[in-house]
Amino acid sequence: MILQQLVNGISIGAVYALIAVGYSLVYSVLNFSNFAHGEILMLGSYVGFFALTQLNVPFVLSIALAMIGAGVIAILMEKIGYRALRLRQAPLLYFMISAMGLSIFLQNFTIVTIGPNFRTYPDVLPTQPFTLGNLSIGRIDLLIFAITVISLAMLTWLIYRTKLGSAIRAASYNMNVASLMGINPDLIVMIVFALAGSTAGIGGVLFGMKYTVYPWMGALTIKAFIAAVVGGLGSLPGAVLGAFVLGITETFAAAFVSSEFRDLFAYTLMITIIVLRPAGLLGTLTQEKA
Amino acid sequence: MSGYYSGIIILTCINLLAVLGLSLLTGFTGSFCFGQAGFMAVGAYVSTLLTMNYAAPFPLALFAGGLAGLLVSIPLGYPTLRLKGDYFAIATLGFAEAMRLIIENLEKITGGSRGIPGIPTHTNLPLILVVTFFFVWLVRNYVSSRHGRNCVAVREDELAAEAIAVDTFRYKQISFAINGFLGGLSGAFLAHYVGFIQPSMFGIPQSTQLIVMVIFGGMHSITGAVLAAIILTALPEVLRAADAWRLVAYGAVVVLIMIIRPEGLLGSWELSKDSLQDLWSKLQARLNQYKEQRLAKAKE
Repeated sequence: MILQQLVNGISIGAVYALIAVGYSLVYSVLNFSNFAHGEILMLGSYVGFFALTQLNVPFVLSIALAMIGAGVIAILMEKIGYRALRLRQAPLLYFMISAMGLSIFLQNFTIVTIGPNFRTYPDVLPTQPFTLGNLSIGRIDLLIFAITVISLAMLTWLIYRTKLGSAIRAASYNMNVASLMGINPDLIVMIVFALAGSTAGIGGVLFGMKYTVYPWMGALTIKAFIAAVVGGLGSLPGAVLGAFVLGITETFAAAFVSSEFRDLFAYTLMITIIVLRPAGLLGTLTQEKA
Repeated sequence: MSGYYSGIIILTCINLLAVLGLSLLTGFTGSFCFGQAGFMAVGAYVSTLLTMNYAAPFPLALFAGGLAGLLVSIPLGYPTLRLKGDYFAIATLGFAEAMRLIIENLEKITGGSRGIPGIPTHTNLPLILVVTFFFVWLVRNYVSSRHGRNCVAVREDELAAEAIAVDTFRYKQISFAINGFLGGLSGAFLAHYVGFIQPSMFGIPQSTQLIVMVIFGGMHSITGAVLAAIILTALPEVLRAADAWRLVAYGAVVVLIMIIRPEGLLGSWELSKDSLQDLWSKLQARLNQYKEQRLAKAKE
């Protein structure tokens, strides 16, 4: 029973990790949380869905299309909603408000144009689960886990092993100094949004497969944001750790306490962490400077 | 006045009370609160349970609703107001969602997700108008007092405010408490106007709508908040047909405001005797200028 819950927790934690990384990536460079990240995920999920049902492309290609689609949307989002604020060095409050506006706009635009109904992804895998002794693991969960691990590994390689990655890390330490070293801040911000967007695109397809696609599915990413906060905003390993901690806490709370109060546990975990350790599990505390 | 119009005015006042608190907290003090609906829920349920189970008089229930909002805001604010912007926003959102979940699951007391029907509809136009005017007057005086200026200092630069000996945490707590009270009061009025409450009325969309009103009107102006509450409550009633597109437009307008005119419709302009006189003299100066130009042209 405990082992089964652990497997379930890891499976849900994996998707949280993929999305939480997107939040952290944007935060690490721009010091604000893109609250409209969930809408990128939702649109990515729709791209994947229509690629599978209308264009009849193979599954792998649909993920690639969702990544590209969500990446482009994320870049556009930055150019339209945040760039002007960034150049003006507007207060954090304005970024949050702009994010909220983008989120309301995209969500309702989808409702008006595509429609408010829930759409089910076509089955890419047989639905009966694997059984391993007493454990039963859904094939979809296994696939989700595999895809998450592969994408996170690629992202880690990109951030820590390439020249582009060191430019991103330099920009996250200090954008001004990085731009003195010949790093184009606009380009870095664009790439960061593209990376965050495409991970959200993958997350969208995975969420769509596990549940369904619908215009307000972006709200699911609140959990991923909580994971990013628990792990420490701006820290990529932290986001992954936070996601697994949250996923496991949630499934255990649902199994042993009450499934209705599952979300309550998630919020309580977050508030406890930010009160005890404001920078999160692996984050570094930055002091506000004048 | 027909019931339809008085209904719109009552709804406007209900929204206005909640927006007033948010305007003080988010607009003047700079703490982005995503959870106003949570305070409304607390106020609505506390006042409803009082009038329905204990036959409490309506004014007492209203006050209790507001007080409940205030009492919730104190333990919530104590840890969360120390947090930075993003964290505070998400913590208030978490609070509102947690409230909704708790209400949904305390089925014996709150009726769960089906809600409570048959609440006596005590809210009437004269009462809510008087209460709303009173609180608009109160908050307006508060923000133009020394304390209000301290709030603005906290918003503009917390570190600098602290350096000139403003107790930043205390001012944030006061704003949060006033916001909690007004949210609770607004919820209590809502419950006794609609006559029916359920947890889904106090979800994220409700919080979002209220914060949009604050931004739309001008974050640094109480007059703006009042105006926005009036326009954005009445407009959907008039434009029933275009309902689906309303939220699309809301979103687009919010982003546009942030890009083009972050200070909102009125910026920091306030309606007062002085500001009206100022406006009037500017208008006259314009008129005189125009007349002189005409005269000069006529002479040529």
